[in-house]
Amino acid sequence: MKSGLFGFLFGMWVLIIVGGGIVVTILGPITISGFGDYNWFIASVIKTIVALVLVVIWILILSKLKNWIFKKEIKL
Amino acid sequence: MIDLLIPTMISCIVAFVVVFVMTPPLMKILQKNNLAVKDMNKKEDVMVVRPGGPAIITGIIASEIVLYAFLQMNEILAILITTSAAFVVGYVDDRKVMGGWFKPVALAVSAIPIIVLGAYDTDLAFPLFGTVQIPALYLVLIIFMIPITGNTINSIDVLNGVASGFMVIASFSLSICLFIIQNYEIAIVSLPLGFVSLAFYKYHKVPSKIFPGDSGALTLGAMYGAIAIVGGVEIIAAIALLPAVINSFLFLSSVKRVVEHRQIKGKPVDHTDDFRLKATGDKKAPVTLVRLILAGGPLFEKQVGHMIFKLTIFSGVLAVITAFMMGVAL
Repeated sequence: MKSGLFGFLFGMWVLIIVGGGIVVTILGPITISGFGDYNWFIASVIKTIVALVLVVIWILILSKLKNWIFKKEIKL
Repeated sequence: MIDLLIPTMISCIVAFVVVFVMTPPLMKILQKNNLAVKDMNKKEDVMVVRPGGPAIITGIIASEIVLYAFLQMNEILAILITTSAAFVVGYVDDRKVMGGWFKPVALAVSAIPIIVLGAYDTDLAFPLFGTVQIPALYLVLIIFMIPITGNTINSIDVLNGVASGFMVIASFSLSICLFIIQNYEIAIVSLPLGFVSLAFYKYHKVPSKIFPGDSGALTLGAMYGAIAIVGGVEIIAAIALLPAVINSFLFLSSVKRVVEHRQIKGKPVDHTDDFRLKATGDKKAPVTLVRLILAGGPLFEKQVGHMIFKLTIFSGVLAVITAFMMGVAL
């Protein structure tokens, strides 16, 4: 059980590092043109939507990881 | 760096001494006013006074005022006002039972001084990959960060000494990380949080003489969140906080909605005959960090606390590794 908790912590850490990589390399460079002064705002909205989708995916992966590591304990 | 040594030492001493000296008389006042609750994890009918928040916030205000006198940084004011507002939110909740949404919404409002004082940078820094600029999204992040850190610390305040002991480890880890990334001024500003928590831990550890209450837990959590934003170390701060994040995540993923602990019907943890803690088989009860720790077998309250501290030290080490990784680019 104890090693499972440390493993889960480590898994979360890896997910944060990988998620950060996706955010910086894919999300960060997104730019929009053709909307004049609103370019930055439209780009921000798109980045926000993509970031929210990423957060949902992150939570789903974390849930799967939790069920895999603690499958016996969660049934309790 | 050397010129920062004197304000650092004075603020740390003030933070520790104020809480250490103020807590015993606060306990007497709370006792006199009958502001005590039953310690559910003790065999005998032990009553423990609460909240310890007033001592904690006094230590924070005194030490940060000392730092402001020397450094005169807007960031200190932002941390101070946000933390004080979070204390008020917690104190209201200590004195009056509020709805499940009260704390998140009120704590979101507490974050506004950080925006108004402009004490933030819209660059979100990630290890290995660099930074990303999210001007509009970052404002949303600020609004969400304070309720998340405040409630995360509040949700881990379930056993004697855990909230304050957890904050000692997490906040000192964060300070070390701030020194590593050479953000010396915010590192110094963050140190009183660790010393305030350490002084309060003296009275909060097993067997507790005082509980922090919502006012104490939210104050510690909100200050931690404010430091993370002002210092530009949001990701590192989240990593140092991972055991408490896991607790909130497990709780929310099993309950599937935002609720107050007092609204939960099932009982996640029970007691053995010798009053060790044991996980229950109650299907309605939420899955929590303590329940998972106890899934391996019954443990005494102190042993569960020590297990949480070991997990916090582990996440603190991961945070320090992450801070070193901030200087490395792929």
